[in-house]
Amino acid sequence: MSASKSKKKGLRRRKFLKYSGIGLGLIIGGGYLSRHMWRRSIFEIAESAIVPYNGNLSPNIWFQITPANEIILHSSKVEMGQGTFTGLAQLAAEELEVEVEKIKVVHADTASGNIDGMSTGGSLSIATLWQPVREMAATMREMLKQKAAEKLGVGIADLKVENGVISAGGNALTYGEVVEGVTDWEFPDTPKLKEAKDFKYIGKPVARVDLHDKVVGAPMFGIDVEVPDMLHASVVRPEKIDAKLKSVDSSKAASMPGVIKIVEEKDFVGVIAETHVQAENARNALKVEWEINKSWDLAEVRAMTKVGNGKLTVIQKEGDAKSILDDAEEEGSVVKLEFNTPIGAHAQIEPNGATALVKDGKATVWLSTQVPLITLNEVSDRLGMDKENVNIIPKFLGGGFGRRLHTPNAVQAALMSKAIGRPVKCFFDRKQEFQNDTFRPPTHHIVRGKLDANGNIEAIGHDFSSGDVAFNSALMPPIAGTILGADIGAIRGGAIQYRSIPNIRAESWHVDLPFATSWWRSLGLLANTFAIESSIDELAIKAQKNPVDFRLSHIEDNEAGKRLRNVIKTCAEKAGYTDEVVNGRAMGFAASTDAGSPCAQVVEVSVVDNQIKVHKVTAVLDCGIAVNPDQVRAQVEGCIIMGISASMFEQMDLKDNKLFPVIYGPYQMAMMRDAPKEIDVVLIEGADFAGPVGEPPLGPIGAAIGNAVRRITGKRLTDLPMSLA
Amino acid sequence: MKISFNINGSAQTVDVDEKTPLLWVVRDLLDLKGTKFGCGKAACGACTLHVDGESVRSCSFPVKYAAGKDITTIEGLSSGDALHAVQQAWKEEIVPQCGYCQPGFMMATAAMLDKIPNPTDEDIDNNIVNICRCGTYYRMRKAIHRAAEIKNTNS
Repeated sequence: MSASKSKKKGLRRRKFLKYSGIGLGLIIGGGYLSRHMWRRSIFEIAESAIVPYNGNLSPNIWFQITPANEIILHSSKVEMGQGTFTGLAQLAAEELEVEVEKIKVVHADTASGNIDGMSTGGSLSIATLWQPVREMAATMREMLKQKAAEKLGVGIADLKVENGVISAGGNALTYGEVVEGVTDWEFPDTPKLKEAKDFKYIGKPVARVDLHDKVVGAPMFGIDVEVPDMLHASVVRPEKIDAKLKSVDSSKAASMPGVIKIVEEKDFVGVIAETHVQAENARNALKVEWEINKSWDLAEVRAMTKVGNGKLTVIQKEGDAKSILDDAEEEGSVVKLEFNTPIGAHAQIEPNGATALVKDGKATVWLSTQVPLITLNEVSDRLGMDKENVNIIPKFLGGGFGRRLHTPNAVQAALMSKAIGRPVKCFFDRKQEFQNDTFRPPTHHIVRGKLDANGNIEAIGHDFSSGDVAFNSALMPPIAGTILGADIGAIRGGAIQYRSIPNIRAESWHVDLPFATSWWRSLGLLANTFAIESSIDELAIKAQKNPVDFRLSHIEDNEAGKRLRNVIKTCAEKAGYTDEVVNGRAMGFAASTDAGSPCAQVVEVSVVDNQIKVHKVTAVLDCGIAVNPDQVRAQVEGCIIMGISASMFEQMDLKDNKLFPVIYGPYQMAMMRDAPKEIDVVLIEGADFAGPVGEPPLGPIGAAIGNAVRRITGKRLTDLPMSLA
Repeated sequence: MKISFNINGSAQTVDVDEKTPLLWVVRDLLDLKGTKFGCGKAACGACTLHVDGESVRSCSFPVKYAAGKDITTIEGLSSGDALHAVQQAWKEEIVPQCGYCQPGFMMATAAMLDKIPNPTDEDIDNNIVNICRCGTYYRMRKAIHRAAEIKNTNS
């Protein structure tokens, strides 16, 4: 729906500018600025909502065609594995009439002006750029045709455009030949875009544009940056939560091999040395004292994260669920389940870090970031430099998952470079990553449901408590809490999608925890869906109904309901769902709708010696048009495996203010042996636009596993990570 | 201390503290960035390379033990323009997502296939014990079987 709104805006306030050395630069301005995320109602966001692309500064370079016939797409969205670069290349190729592999996609640096106003996240990259990129490419194609017609001395109608070549009769010009020498471009109205039936590249499973580089180990990631004359640094980070840097004795470290300078700032201390190992050794020799505000352990955090504690926002209210459920609870006719999910780490394999060069009034920072604009603002603010003098150069991310929506490491590297006048590279070690993550918050849920005389759900309530997800993030204005009430991240997946239930209530409780929690792929979806979909299954069992039919009978008759129903039905059919246990294996079913994309999953599970094993997953996703079906499948597979990892293995502990484990292994994650040997992904095109993909499939998996285990063992698992022991 | 070894077919001598992990010699002194830092404790496998054909987690392997040995990194896995069977299979199956852990997985796989030319799923589970956060294991398993096929056809 929002996609169709942005459609009408087109390329307003558009202009082409000439850049020295650039054949053609395309500029789009404020046409997509129309609606800010935080002006939208909570309900809309909880529901779905594709937020229009919010590029914020102009001029900004999106495309570049050089006289050497290179077509370069400067992406304001970063590539962190989700395949966005490939999708964008396909969108551009479609309207530019050029093969996908001819388009080189690069990260736009902030100096290019093409700066994403939001972030790369929320499964929104392709969804929000679906329209603008095609419009820009189509406009460019028409501009190229105009100049080609002049150069070839023919009418525009006589031109043929194919594979990046414009021809008429026996004469042909490549795009590079067309742009050669042109300084004055005319700007046509936004052309009519191709219809889906005419797509050549969109909807095709083309190989990732970064595939070769990633298979040969090319130096493409933030940590791979090399700058001449570069030094290495290591920063002290707190091992404990709720701790403040009190004092540092650097006398021993200062005289260690390779150490060049120790930089003390108000909020951190860093050692600069010739090599990375020398910098780390010296950092470990610093005697650091911390001021601990209060002592903490996990039990306290769990006690805080309870429904009924903190700030309440009602996010969904239909009928009078509360009094019906209260009465039912009193008379003992309610199904009531309580769930807990743990603190989760991002655990992306490339550690956070940055390389900075601050010299002669200019600053350049290379890093893996999901928020180039915030990184830019933070560096320019802290260094007291104008934004024009700061350039943030995003690199390929060795995993994002929300972790790189926070980049204070950029400021630290910049300050250290400024102190020494040479480039400095600095990144976290693994222990620092685990101790200083912006974690997935722990959650607590109470789900209550009441059946009517026919075994249908008469009332359902989902009350849940969570720490920050969106709140206290630089992505949100500080007053977000006041405007929105609920944390828009924590409530993802928290509303009940079975809207024909007459009485529904969902309550979000927000609690301030003593350590940073924030965006973790799919936000509240993983925990909320685990609670809700486990409870729906329990209600189906009580009603003695097939859980698939039971779900279908509670779906509203509207567009969203139609898509959800289709996904559920298709998944059950494809998997051959049965609620019987066959040869020790049971199936578990669950479904969720996130950001407008419904997803259903059936898992096949066995339990041997209390060990849960997931053998097969059938997943059906309706994301509308799948720009690259292969990469959409890859995202579904990745979400399933990350979801298995989070549901079955991962958890952080807290004792004496120390978060732990601090290393892979003890922080158990899914490995090769834990990944299902069969994953069957079915994509349904239930909408005429490219909808969100990267997070929605993380919803169902936890509950689906729990529902299968319930069929085998009779035991309802209510805590993550799951344990039968 | 001066330490000499062969890396990707070329003789090299480095002058470095003998305790320095091989990873940092490879990445920062020799500027071969395909071998990745993940954890520094041999727990994730992102830094896997070959020393005399054996899979080694180079973040925890002091450079002194590399003296006189043959080291292969992802950059040396292919011969010229021809990709190694593992890299070919990785491309066919479109395995990488973020791609950061992939060189470690490909190196571990290449070493396994030298010992076990036709690995079973169980062999794969037991030998490929690196960590991938994007969750590409499903495609990786397919690619490993495919790599075995390509390798056996070529040899």
